[in-house]
Amino acid sequence: MSEVTLIINEEEVKAKEGMTILEAARNAGIDIPTLCYHEKLAPYGACRLCTVEIIRGQRSRLVTSCVYPVEDGLIVKTESEPVIKGRKMLLELMWARAPGVQPIRDYGMRYGITGVQAIRDYGLSAPKTKFEIEPTFCILCGLCVRYCAEVKKKHAIGFIGRGTEREVVFFPEIAREECPNCKECYELCPTGALPSHYALAEAHHST
Amino acid sequence: MPRLSSATYLEKFRKEILDHREPNKPCVTICSGTGCHAYGSEEVFGGFVKEIQRNGLKEKVDIRRTGCHGFCERGTLVVIFPEEICYVGVKPEDIAEIVSTTLIENKIVDRLLYVGDDGNKIVRESEIPFYKYQSRIVFGNNRLIDPKRIDDYIALGGYSALAKALFKMTPEQVLEEVKEANLRGRGGGGFPAGIKWETTRNAPGNTKYVIVNADEGDPGAYMDRSLLEGNPHSVLEGLIIGAYVIGSHQGFVYVRQEYPLAVENLNIALEQAREYGFIGTNILCSGFDFDVKVHRGAGAFVSGESSALMTAIEGSVGEPRPKYIRTAVSGIWERPSNLNNVETWATVPLIINKGADWFTSIGTEGSKGTKIFSLVGKVNNTGLVEVPMGMTLREIIYDIGGGIPGGKKFKAVQTGGPSGGVIPESLLDTPVDYDELTKVGSMMGSGGMIVMDEDTCAVDVARYFLNFLAEESCGKCLPCREGIYQMLKILNRICEGEGEEGDIELLEEIAGVVRDFSLCALGQTAPNPVLSTIRYFRDEYEAHIKEKRCPAGLCKALISYYIEPEKCEACMICLRNCPVEAITGGKNLVHVIDQDKCTKCGTCLEVCPPRFGAITKLSGVKMPEPVLQGAEVIRKRGGKR
Repeated sequence: MSEVTLIINEEEVKAKEGMTILEAARNAGIDIPTLCYHEKLAPYGACRLCTVEIIRGQRSRLVTSCVYPVEDGLIVKTESEPVIKGRKMLLELMWARAPGVQPIRDYGMRYGITGVQAIRDYGLSAPKTKFEIEPTFCILCGLCVRYCAEVKKKHAIGFIGRGTEREVVFFPEIAREECPNCKECYELCPTGALPSHYALAEAHHST
Repeated sequence: MPRLSSATYLEKFRKEILDHREPNKPCVTICSGTGCHAYGSEEVFGGFVKEIQRNGLKEKVDIRRTGCHGFCERGTLVVIFPEEICYVGVKPEDIAEIVSTTLIENKIVDRLLYVGDDGNKIVRESEIPFYKYQSRIVFGNNRLIDPKRIDDYIALGGYSALAKALFKMTPEQVLEEVKEANLRGRGGGGFPAGIKWETTRNAPGNTKYVIVNADEGDPGAYMDRSLLEGNPHSVLEGLIIGAYVIGSHQGFVYVRQEYPLAVENLNIALEQAREYGFIGTNILCSGFDFDVKVHRGAGAFVSGESSALMTAIEGSVGEPRPKYIRTAVSGIWERPSNLNNVETWATVPLIINKGADWFTSIGTEGSKGTKIFSLVGKVNNTGLVEVPMGMTLREIIYDIGGGIPGGKKFKAVQTGGPSGGVIPESLLDTPVDYDELTKVGSMMGSGGMIVMDEDTCAVDVARYFLNFLAEESCGKCLPCREGIYQMLKILNRICEGEGEEGDIELLEEIAGVVRDFSLCALGQTAPNPVLSTIRYFRDEYEAHIKEKRCPAGLCKALISYYIEPEKCEACMICLRNCPVEAITGGKNLVHVIDQDKCTKCGTCLEVCPPRFGAITKLSGVKMPEPVLQGAEVIRKRGGKR
């Protein structure tokens, strides 16, 4: 594989052809925030936090760094103004669903979303920031679903529903066979909401 | 029917069909498109069959059930050839008269003719203003053929473009022709079809796919549906030609399950085309093999997006994929896959037959040919219209559409469906052109054109489309899922009279992020209805928020109905018609609406006799103090005012 050189945040970064911007940046010690990315899994492009700005000639464009392949001479800005503006909004939107959940709190602090620093009560009693809190505690990053499908090849967990009705469910028929001795997905869950989904499936199945 | 084994044989066969047809033999065509079907065109067809038989005319008159004619407002449409006598709004009880008067006595049934604005009756279909200003090069054959009979398509020159491409042109020449014609995608994006074909053609790999996108899902749009229902072979012929250029041997038609007639007619067409040797192995003995599979969609709007559609064809849930490699290079099962919309494919045979020069002579600098629109909403002549690119919105709405019903004022036209935007009256002279429509903040889209009058509320329009998108967002990516949801919540609040200072700015802020950060085109274009209504009707948003007033008088939370005591004649009509018994009063007693009970259905306003005109709709003003219970009506002497 041939090597390419790209410029990330005015820093020359070498990368192998076929790598994504995210991989190249992280290899060079440049952090780009992600919630749905996992090295063992195929890029999913759902959380959009890894969006960065690329510049080609006069044109600049926002792209998803977890899927965008590196190119020689590509200029990348991981913290430009439009990028930060978007990330703030994404975190505000996510905060309304999973208030106080660790990674969102951390990123929220880093990007300074409305009032997060001042918040001491998390969870159901977390105060409204930009949007009313309507918690589901699942941010639909799909790590569990994809891990079960891609690594374990069991498909014991999946998505149902569309839009804001979308949710993660364990499929009882598969889950009761596969899950009791595995539960490897629990550790991947950034919000800690997954065990309760499993408990729900168990409860449903036993009734 | 044996397989047609060469281009010469196809021509011979065409001649045979034509020789068996008498051009002067009367033919009754009954529009059987979706609109007319709903009016009862099946009964009309059955009625004609019986009545013609009863009069012993079976051998002398042909009857044909055709695809959609377009003038859906006036169904059921019956056109009698060769004179092209057009009867509108035909009901089963009219059939006996049509048969005896027109078919037997050769006279016109006056009362079933279209009546123009000037009161003149119009006999010939093509002279009706709705049709007169159109250029129906793609859609026009719908009215001449029975979509279930391939012979009808062949009689009109069908599959001659395929024969020309296969035997007289190399794939490179066909590609050049399509590129030169600058045929741009009719599904919304407007990407040049020829360039897309070339990308797939040049992409590495031996297995390549061509696909028809018939997942039309914009509210109010049904162009692709009617084309696929009414002239399926034109779409197939285009697809086979595209496959020949690209070097594909397998095609797919992704069609909505909700379009049963399209699925039925398409399957019949495929079967017949296979039987005749237009698809299958060794097409017309040219050595080219190609087959087509029908894939029925499962009711998700997002499946019309190219990567989601291809994921669905692979058998997974139709959700978009985040890839920067084009589907033209890596699509279905990571093979090069060329996707075009129904109308795009149906235009291809015309370009091959008549040439790129002919095609580029129609339209504007950047947008060539014609475009089919579904003209719906508050317009007199709703239906499907095909116009040359460059025609202005005003011409479409007023000359073809006949203007706004009920003497109301035009307010805006929405193009491009949920991905598009509204265009206000000041921009009515904008031509139909990919680039011009984008410039004014909307888009061509697949061809939905929803006309709105003064009673339409701009905020409510944005809310309607956002509600549609909130239900149709697949929920995979965060900005689309949560951003649309939050925008919808704000719009709901504004319409409910609970809008707050700063809501417009917050809407714009969310919209910008949803547009720039979403994974697929659904999310990226979702803010358009919000942004375009804010752009052109910001004052209406402000009226809702600051004055708690809905200028169009539509948002129920912001209006009240009020009976003016000095105009009320105590006629009891509103009182009796109120479905929730919110009106009190009595004989000679002024009627009063109990605002707490009133559901704002507007029935009282509708039934109050216009000569009294006692009921008004109030918005943004303080409700006058109600008159005392039992106040008597003050009548002037003589009663009448």
